[in-house]
Amino acid sequence: MSTAAAVLLMVAVTFYAIFGGADFGAGFWDLTAGSPERGRRPREVIEHSIGPVWEANHVWLIFVFVVLWTCFPEAYASIMLTLFVPLTLAAFGIVLRGASFAFRKAVTQVRDQRIFGGTFAISSVLVPYCFGAVAGAIASGRVPSGGRAGDPWSSWVNPTSIVVGVLAVCVVAYVSAVLLTWDAGRLSDEEMVAYFRVRAVVVAVVAGVVAMAGVLVLRSDARYVFDGLTTRALPLVVLSVLAGVGAFLLLRGRPRRGARVAALVASGALVLAWGVAQWDYLLPETLTVSQAAAPAGTISAVLVVGVLAALLIAPAFAYLYTLHQKSLLPDEGVDEGQQPPSRSARGAQRNS
Amino acid sequence: MTLTLSDLPSVMPLDVNPVPWARAQMAFTLAFHIVLVPLGVSWAAMTLIANYRAIKRKDVDALRMAQRWSKYMAVTFAVGAVTGTVLSFEFGLLWPQFMGKWGEAFGIPFAFEGLFFFIEAVFISIYIFGWRRLKPWAHFWTGVPIPMAGILGSASVVAANAWMNSPQGVTLDASGNITEVDPVGVILNEAMPLMATHMIIAAYLVGGFLIASVYAAGMLRGRMDRYHRLGFIISFTVAAVATPVQMGVGDGLARWVYTNQPTKFAAIELVPQTGSDEPEILLGRLSSSGQVEGGIAVPGLASWLSDPSTGRGTVIQGLDSFPADERPTISQVNVVHLCWDIMVGLGTLLFLFSLWYWASWIFRRDMPRSRWFLRGAVIGGPLAVVSMEAGWTLSEVGRQPWIVYNQMKVADAATTNTGVWLTFIAVTLLYAALGTTLILVLRGMSRRGRERDRFEDTDTPYGPPAPAGGSEVRTR
Repeated sequence: MSTAAAVLLMVAVTFYAIFGGADFGAGFWDLTAGSPERGRRPREVIEHSIGPVWEANHVWLIFVFVVLWTCFPEAYASIMLTLFVPLTLAAFGIVLRGASFAFRKAVTQVRDQRIFGGTFAISSVLVPYCFGAVAGAIASGRVPSGGRAGDPWSSWVNPTSIVVGVLAVCVVAYVSAVLLTWDAGRLSDEEMVAYFRVRAVVVAVVAGVVAMAGVLVLRSDARYVFDGLTTRALPLVVLSVLAGVGAFLLLRGRPRRGARVAALVASGALVLAWGVAQWDYLLPETLTVSQAAAPAGTISAVLVVGVLAALLIAPAFAYLYTLHQKSLLPDEGVDEGQQPPSRSARGAQRNS
Repeated sequence: MTLTLSDLPSVMPLDVNPVPWARAQMAFTLAFHIVLVPLGVSWAAMTLIANYRAIKRKDVDALRMAQRWSKYMAVTFAVGAVTGTVLSFEFGLLWPQFMGKWGEAFGIPFAFEGLFFFIEAVFISIYIFGWRRLKPWAHFWTGVPIPMAGILGSASVVAANAWMNSPQGVTLDASGNITEVDPVGVILNEAMPLMATHMIIAAYLVGGFLIASVYAAGMLRGRMDRYHRLGFIISFTVAAVATPVQMGVGDGLARWVYTNQPTKFAAIELVPQTGSDEPEILLGRLSSSGQVEGGIAVPGLASWLSDPSTGRGTVIQGLDSFPADERPTISQVNVVHLCWDIMVGLGTLLFLFSLWYWASWIFRRDMPRSRWFLRGAVIGGPLAVVSMEAGWTLSEVGRQPWIVYNQMKVADAATTNTGVWLTFIAVTLLYAALGTTLILVLRGMSRRGRERDRFEDTDTPYGPPAPAGGSEVRTR
């Protein structure tokens, strides 16, 4: 029972890392695209590629919180008490990002768009770093069990947290660069394909270096997770690396759809590897999943919600994506704004 | 001298009692979020009413209205999603001990809320995409899940809040820790049905009055066209239907509080000592010695309303029948009573206003034409918001000192992080900016909508992307 809840938790974390991460990564490239003039074309591709409900991807984060606080309340209390600072920063980043998302498309002046765009981009880097630091704190056993607070600063300003935080920023930037390369290919924009492809390669190399450094750091600083990564989680690590490299191969020449999947698999497998590596601890070496678990009634309720979510949300999402691809209904030759008086509402709906 | 990071708290003035700041921050962020909720829940329904009329009667004005409303709705929903996400952080950041102990029960409704929220977000997106991609009736039906998910989502959140008033569905061991949880018992706790209904109807009442006040203001400025009239009639009718229903539901809820939360009820009715034939006191307050001061007393009415079957003989438990540390303090009692007066007073005012509207329809077959009516309608929206905030404040402050009624006190639930005063200040500034920007952006959208007079689905959150090369060019 508690295992099922842990699996659900890990699924929610992974989905947030994949889908939310791709959103954050797009913000990273928005930030680094340069002045409005120079960055205009990359930003257009970014604008075009971002999913329709993207800021709603935070729902995965809410699911993570909900599963934690219902199924593992004691661990949740410890995490929130100890990691008050990075989680507060992340919350602020999410507010700023979400607000910019809500407003950016609704304002028309370039100056206003730049303000919202800039806020959006900076918080896109801040939030994944903070979540990475939080993951590092948990992995290195710096969050005590029993709903107690650990050190408010060294819990997240430490080698593991820093390296995982940087790695998180690199991974989301990488995934997003791959998705953007593919999107530029779909728009038949060769120049932008090259633009994002180069960036994907560069950030992948950086991510690789950070990951190597991370392995060394984990070996001395988070031994339990290091041991897990090199044994039971090793297949996932290998899968992540292979998928990451595979995405490149699929980007050569004309970008292929498989590149997207490969990039998502690469980041998803990495997050899952962390989960498997610290199994069966929720807070490594102090609190196991089964010790932390809530009563059976709670866990079954949460599992029911998980199943319902899969049944209801997946088809709705699929429908949305088909709409996304669908072309506009024909205009019936009526120019916008000059409406003949006898026009039917149906025509009006199509034309307006 | 070298400083390390762990010295930071001692260097900065961080050592401040977190409890009042945590309460203030939670109250402030909830007060902000609760204004966006009605719009998320009820605006979609009003948009669908306009959309239905547009298709059924081939009404171009109604169509334009539905299209614009769907865009404003998406903006307010996106901001509401953000402030809602912040709340999910705050449960842990501000109230870790509460969540650690009760999360396994209190958290369950939020699992459902998350589900409904996601459904709502996806269908808002589908609806906005659909304007130019689906046939009219198919498109209309893709909008129907939005208000349904909104209703179920708010019912879930209120279920969690109701559980704090009526903590059921849990089995406790001798030391008060949860051993087993009955999820259905948690969600369908006794306080939930009335509280959820009260909140959902409030969402329609507040949403209706708020939107109507915008159109009333437009009409007062001389925009007496059919479009403004239609916008006013749809929104005000929704509000005028919700208001009388709300009075009935509110009456039922007050009686539930009388039976189940005597401390809150004593604070509402300003009853220091247990007794029968208690007067209903309008305004007035408790002095520091605990005596009622000032106000207008209506003899026996509080007793009579509490249980009409026993009339003025109904006994109301006074504050003195509870230990001082298990009931609200005198200043909290005064807040609760004042909020009660505000909520009921403004609710009654809005009810009379609705009567005026209905009377005009019945006798003149038209909405009231008086400018005084429109002026009233302009302030009706803000008054409805104040009324709702007052109702929510009385519910929360009236539960004090408990966070979980008769189980855990607020002071034992809060975080031990002493830096909360800092996050409170930051949150206040951030939300002030957020609220101001929201209003400016909505006004800008409305102005452009009037100038442009055509529908674009690309300038909306959740809407499709602008065609490549489009957005930047258009702005020059």
